[in-house]
Amino acid sequence: MDGSNAPACWHDVCGLDDIWPDTGVCARIAGRQVAVFRLRDDRLFALDNYDPAADANVLSRGLVGNLGERLVVASPVYKHHYDLVTGACLDDPALAVRAYRVRLVDGRVQVAV
Amino acid sequence: MKLVVIGNGMVGHRLLEELSAAALPDLHITVLCEEPRPAYDRVQLSSFFSGKSAADLSLVAPGFFERSGITLRLNTRASAIDRARRQVTTANGDTLHYDKLVLATGSYPFVPPVPGSDRPDCFVYRTIEDLEALREAGRRARVGVVVGGGLLGLEAAKAVQDMGLVTHVVEFAPRLMAVQIDDGGGRLLRSKIEALGVTVHTQKNTVEIVDGDTARHKLRFADGTELETDLIVFSAGIRPRDELARACGLAVGPRGGIVIDNHCRTPDDDIYAIGECALWNGKIYGLVAPGYEMARVCAAHLAAGLAAERRATQPLPAFHGADMSTKLKLMGVEVASIGDALGTTPGAQVCLYSDERKQVYKKLVISADGKRLLGAVLVGDAGEYAALLQMMRSGSALPDRPELLILPASDGADKSALGVDAWPDTAPVCSCNNVAKGAVCAAVRAGATSIGAIKSATRAGTGCGGCVPLITQIMKAEMKKQGLSVNHHLCEHFAYSRQELYHLVRVGGIRDFATLLARHGKGLGCDVCKPVAASIFASCWNEFVLARDKAALQDTNDYFLANLQKDGTYSIVPRIAGGEITPEKLIKIGEVAKKYRLYTKITGGQRIDLFGARVDQLPLIWQELIDAGFESGHAYGKAVRTVKSCVGSTWCRYGVQDSVGMALKIEHRYKGLRAPHKLKLAVSGCARECAEAQSKDVGVIATEKGWNLYVCGNGGMKPRHAELLAGDLDEQTLIRYIDRFLMFYIRTADRLQRTSTWRDNLEGGLDYLKDVIVHDKLGIGAELEAEMAQVIGSYVCEWKKALEDPQTRKRFRSFVNGDGVDEHVVFVEERGQIRPATPAEKQARFKGIAVVNEPA
Ligand SMILES: Cc1cc2nc3c(=O)[nH]c(=O)nc-3n(C[C@H](O)[C@H](O)[C@H](O)COP(=O)(O)OP(=O)(O)OC[C@H]3O[C@@H](n4cnc5c(N)ncnc54)[C@H](O)[C@@H]3O)c2cc1C
Ligand code: FES
Repeated sequence: MDGSNAPACWHDVCGLDDIWPDTGVCARIAGRQVAVFRLRDDRLFALDNYDPAADANVLSRGLVGNLGERLVVASPVYKHHYDLVTGACLDDPALAVRAYRVRLVDGRVQVAV
Repeated sequence: MKLVVIGNGMVGHRLLEELSAAALPDLHITVLCEEPRPAYDRVQLSSFFSGKSAADLSLVAPGFFERSGITLRLNTRASAIDRARRQVTTANGDTLHYDKLVLATGSYPFVPPVPGSDRPDCFVYRTIEDLEALREAGRRARVGVVVGGGLLGLEAAKAVQDMGLVTHVVEFAPRLMAVQIDDGGGRLLRSKIEALGVTVHTQKNTVEIVDGDTARHKLRFADGTELETDLIVFSAGIRPRDELARACGLAVGPRGGIVIDNHCRTPDDDIYAIGECALWNGKIYGLVAPGYEMARVCAAHLAAGLAAERRATQPLPAFHGADMSTKLKLMGVEVASIGDALGTTPGAQVCLYSDERKQVYKKLVISADGKRLLGAVLVGDAGEYAALLQMMRSGSALPDRPELLILPASDGADKSALGVDAWPDTAPVCSCNNVAKGAVCAAVRAGATSIGAIKSATRAGTGCGGCVPLITQIMKAEMKKQGLSVNHHLCEHFAYSRQELYHLVRVGGIRDFATLLARHGKGLGCDVCKPVAASIFASCWNEFVLARDKAALQDTNDYFLANLQKDGTYSIVPRIAGGEITPEKLIKIGEVAKKYRLYTKITGGQRIDLFGARVDQLPLIWQELIDAGFESGHAYGKAVRTVKSCVGSTWCRYGVQDSVGMALKIEHRYKGLRAPHKLKLAVSGCARECAEAQSKDVGVIATEKGWNLYVCGNGGMKPRHAELLAGDLDEQTLIRYIDRFLMFYIRTADRLQRTSTWRDNLEGGLDYLKDVIVHDKLGIGAELEAEMAQVIGSYVCEWKKALEDPQTRKRFRSFVNGDGVDEHVVFVEERGQIRPATPAEKQARFKGIAVVNEPA
């Protein structure tokens, strides 16, 4: 992803409890909209909230799950699936969103932007 | 070339369809139609009594005549043909020139020339007008007699009985349906029909009809007995309408019928005759399928004539006669007659199975050498009809013990010889449309893997519908052969169909996704199975959809209880049950829309949709709406949406029942019910049908006596007329049937399958649906009602509940770490309201600001 060589800095987003298991929320971080997801087993992922297929900021409102080996979120608008780890779009190789690193520190969710 | 067609009945119209499909240049067609309406389905005529309208029975595709440039002249009877001048004269004195003429004049009901048969309230049973008159008379009658115990007579008897009259059938022959079935079959049929309350009188020769003592008429029979009745329907056979042909000197048979050759031509090369008026090889065919075959042959011959200069490369199709085998359901009794049913072939042997306890009678007629099937009679259960018909037609060798073909399977019978796999590709499977097994298989190979798809690809099953179970069987067998597993697995996480999953959830008492996945699935789930599971949980247990363990399963619409729009904002639809709303509430909606700057639009379901709300605005807007007495409209869910209504008898001069009151009752009963797909309902206050109930999943239409219930209609992309499930119901029965119908659909439909597709794929079709819902053949009626009662009893307004729960309410925000709004949502104004800005408009607005992700 193009974020890899940019200097990243950790931002505090919210408490773990602010995200219900198997759902996402949208956070405003350094002017960007970032979708942060929490799986049932408390694994965390972060992607751009913007769905290029729909031209709308909606990914945090998609359903998460798996397709084969890959963990995905399905955009609520036209149901494109984005890989939670890489941000690649499974339905259209021309599309991708940025993926961010996430971590949990003392019950707080932090995202590197 | 000028073509004149006389008669726009079933066969005449099929000819027009064939010609129109062939798109022949230079062909100008004029059709003379004596009846006041274009072609309709005479075969289904009796359904007029169960609530079908003349429009429902129409065979004319919308716009057909306009599109194909055919001139149709209604109410126009041809009165003479001048062959020398090639002219047809109409009853109102016009003359029309023709190059080619087709007679498709059908037949007329024969009324025995008995003194008194022309008295008032004596009817025949052939046209819609006949039935209208009969229905009118039925209102003031107590007793009805049908003269004639043949196929049509028994149909008429059912109609008379359905009108609530004491019903008698009078037959000259010693048994019912004397032409098609033998004594044994006739006896069983009689006992079954008498058990239904119809009195049968055989060997009665009516000699006179006079004034009655206790009723309007009295029939006097040759044996001195008498029968009193208020009305009489004559159904004593049909006679070809060959009067025009006779008068212009064309050859007719000794007992009538216009003589034709294998190309349906009369001895005059420019005149053809098809359908019931035609006599081929000394035979008249009183069924529609041979008529359709004649229409096809005739159309091909006409087309070849037009293209005479182009040398015909293919031999023209010819008519080779037809077999008069039939299968029908008379008053709920299955009756089938195949080939030489009466065993008149010299040396024919009979093999018989009859069980009076089970009320079945089955007979095989076998050739003298015991090798081939010549005919059969089945009464009470005609399950083997298609297979036996195929055996008889193909002349294939009988199995060693042919009796096993008709013995019940539990008695060790081997029915594999009857299996569709053993049939050749040429085996006819749909006689209405002359479709062979091979065509169905070919359609499957070309990708049609549902009954709906087979129907549109081959036309099979679109006539009487009797062949649908057979076609389903063939389709499945062919799919198996193609290695197409009939796979209804929901997704990679569940190797079950939605229907199976529903069952597992209900039987296992499963109430959450984790348990469901652990017990019956694998992986984490996905955007397909999660909403399905949520919907099943809601249909079964009706727990709050936003409870913590349910919320994560919901599609965004259900998650935010609003409808996501393309720009990421939502629309809101408060419930306006039955489309009835007070001025105060109307004003409130206006105020809310104004305050939050929402775009407002009236929906097709008689409600108001408010567009352009952000997630964080949803609770604020709903708080105001709920305080004003509104509740959720469930427009976001795969759930019961609206019950549309017309204003009904309260205001309307024509209404016969209170349709708004009924719509309110229904909407409040089922509001919020989750289903495999959205459900739309409607109630009309009279037959004018202003609420368009016949385009809804459930449509209710008021009648003089109660309510007619229609089901499985659809508007939208694939319009489908709803079908009458039951007629003249009282309110209690109506609600009971709707309960059962909805729950049965919820139990058995596939994911995102509307009731219309579900119905098209339902094995056994409408009859099966009636059996389950009305006759409760599966014995699950009470269960379905109880399940519905549970859902209804646990209804709460989801929005009210969401607002009361701080945890849930907290989720309605645009950003987890602060307030603020999505800058990518931009509105512009149009016609005095907002609308989403186009990408170009957004760019213009953001000029100077770096756009992070530019749309392609
Ligand atoms: C109640 C009922 C149930 C039936 N059930 C079945 C069934 O289950 N299976 C089956 O195969 N068949 C059934 N039939 C028979 C089937 O309806 C006929 O075989 C079919 O309608 C024949 O079509 P046709 O076009 O030849 O005649 P019709 O449909 O009768 O059409 C002839 C038309 O020509 C018009 N006409 C006649 N003379 C003139 C003229 N001089 N000028 C202008 N117009 C004229 C008539 O008014 C009529 O509209 C049933 C019939 C009835 C009445
Ligand atoms: S046999 Fe009537 S529709 Fe196929």
